[in-house]
Amino acid sequence: MSWVKNTFSSSVGRKFAMALSALFLMIFLLQHFTINFISVLSKDTFNEISHFMGTNALVQFVLQPVLIFAVVYHFVMGFVLEIKNRNAREVKYAMNKGSANSTWFSRNMIVSGAVVLAFLGLHFYDFWIPEINVKYVQGDMSGLLADGSFRYYEELVHKFVDPVRVGIYVVAFVLLSMHLLHGFASAFQSMGARHAKYTPAIKKLGNIYAIAIPAGFIFIALFHHLTSH
Amino acid sequence: MSANKGLNLTLKVWRQKSQKEKGQMETYQVSDISPDSSFLEMMDILNEQLIEEGKEPVAFDHDCREGICGSCSMYINGEAHGPGREITTCQLHMREFKNGDTIYIEPWRAKAFPVIKDLVVDRSAFDRIMAAGGFISVNTSGNTQDANAIPIEKANADKAFDAATCIGCGACVASCKNASAMLFVSAKVSQFALLPQGRVEAKERVRNMVKVMDEEGFGNCSNTGACEVECPKGISIENIARMNREYLNATLKGE
Repeated sequence: MSWVKNTFSSSVGRKFAMALSALFLMIFLLQHFTINFISVLSKDTFNEISHFMGTNALVQFVLQPVLIFAVVYHFVMGFVLEIKNRNAREVKYAMNKGSANSTWFSRNMIVSGAVVLAFLGLHFYDFWIPEINVKYVQGDMSGLLADGSFRYYEELVHKFVDPVRVGIYVVAFVLLSMHLLHGFASAFQSMGARHAKYTPAIKKLGNIYAIAIPAGFIFIALFHHLTSH
Repeated sequence: MSANKGLNLTLKVWRQKSQKEKGQMETYQVSDISPDSSFLEMMDILNEQLIEEGKEPVAFDHDCREGICGSCSMYINGEAHGPGREITTCQLHMREFKNGDTIYIEPWRAKAFPVIKDLVVDRSAFDRIMAAGGFISVNTSGNTQDANAIPIEKANADKAFDAATCIGCGACVASCKNASAMLFVSAKVSQFALLPQGRVEAKERVRNMVKVMDEEGFGNCSNTGACEVECPKGISIENIARMNREYLNATLKGE
């Protein structure tokens, strides 16, 4: 299997793996958004779907580990590539005009990525760790509160009461939007998927995705913050 | 004769005696520079001035002075070959600058392109990448078939030609925030991969060229597109996507 090692330790192979993990994360983000948006439309439907996602074996024991691997790989490799790239230029330019030939988003993926990573830490502290604790440490798979109703909607809304948390949420999603404005189309380029007919459409779709999905998450947070008082 | 007045400029130039010694930016004044002169002619005037003052002239690479050889590697005011597009430094003219401007002049910055002296860098890493696969193996016994005897789709012939216009100047490496050589390598991979003569060794070629590129210490591609903007020959990053395809095809599907 030395070809696997050789391929994925090469510059092109690493970018390919970054792109694959990015595509998986973008698909995940879309389904996460869809479920969260349902919380705006229907409390009961949101609770039902959350309970399904939280207890379904395929989701929990197949897709969740793949997701965790993709998240960890994407961040770790992001930092590894950043260090390698910085080492490739030991002496910096006294004057460098990056804005003359590229976008800020494309040059600062590590900055937007690091902010998203910091936010993920908060997100895991808020939702994922308590969820794992309730289900797999305490062994309560019922998804119910003491009064017999589902807990998921209440937990979601509760987190959006604090304006500081909502503010952090908004900033993180603005940075995620910047990350995606470059990352979406870049992932296709890294995989070699470029075509005179389809690439302009992929770039447009990427811009729509990069703005609409984070904006949608921000809308959901603001909606619950403003309606929960 | 131009009616324009001569330019008085402040130059901040990287001076470094040798590869082993540390360098620094030095400030020089030049006056009455014709806006019609090329950037390299301005450098010649600076050097004459330095020689007259008994100082060491600035070492810089130059050869054809008509945008073909790719020698004149200078990072001018934060851009490879200065502010123009699809030009080399020798094609940059002083009319692009204003009287009283301060101009920063630095060598290509990359670990794989060590500074030899002042603005001269060692670009032999490109030669070693080419030696790893930037060729086709043809038996030149005297019975070599005429290349034009093989029908080639016009679109592919044009793309191969566009890729082959790469002069290997290294502006892509200099401009890339990661000092990546992928535009150069992808142009060389593409010019062969698009033609039937080059397909025979395509897999081996891309594997070997990427391997040497990585070993030379160039960075990775972040797809910022800075390289294609600064490339004097307008080589497209479409070639990088093609190289990625060729490489993944060679490594994942090849033997």
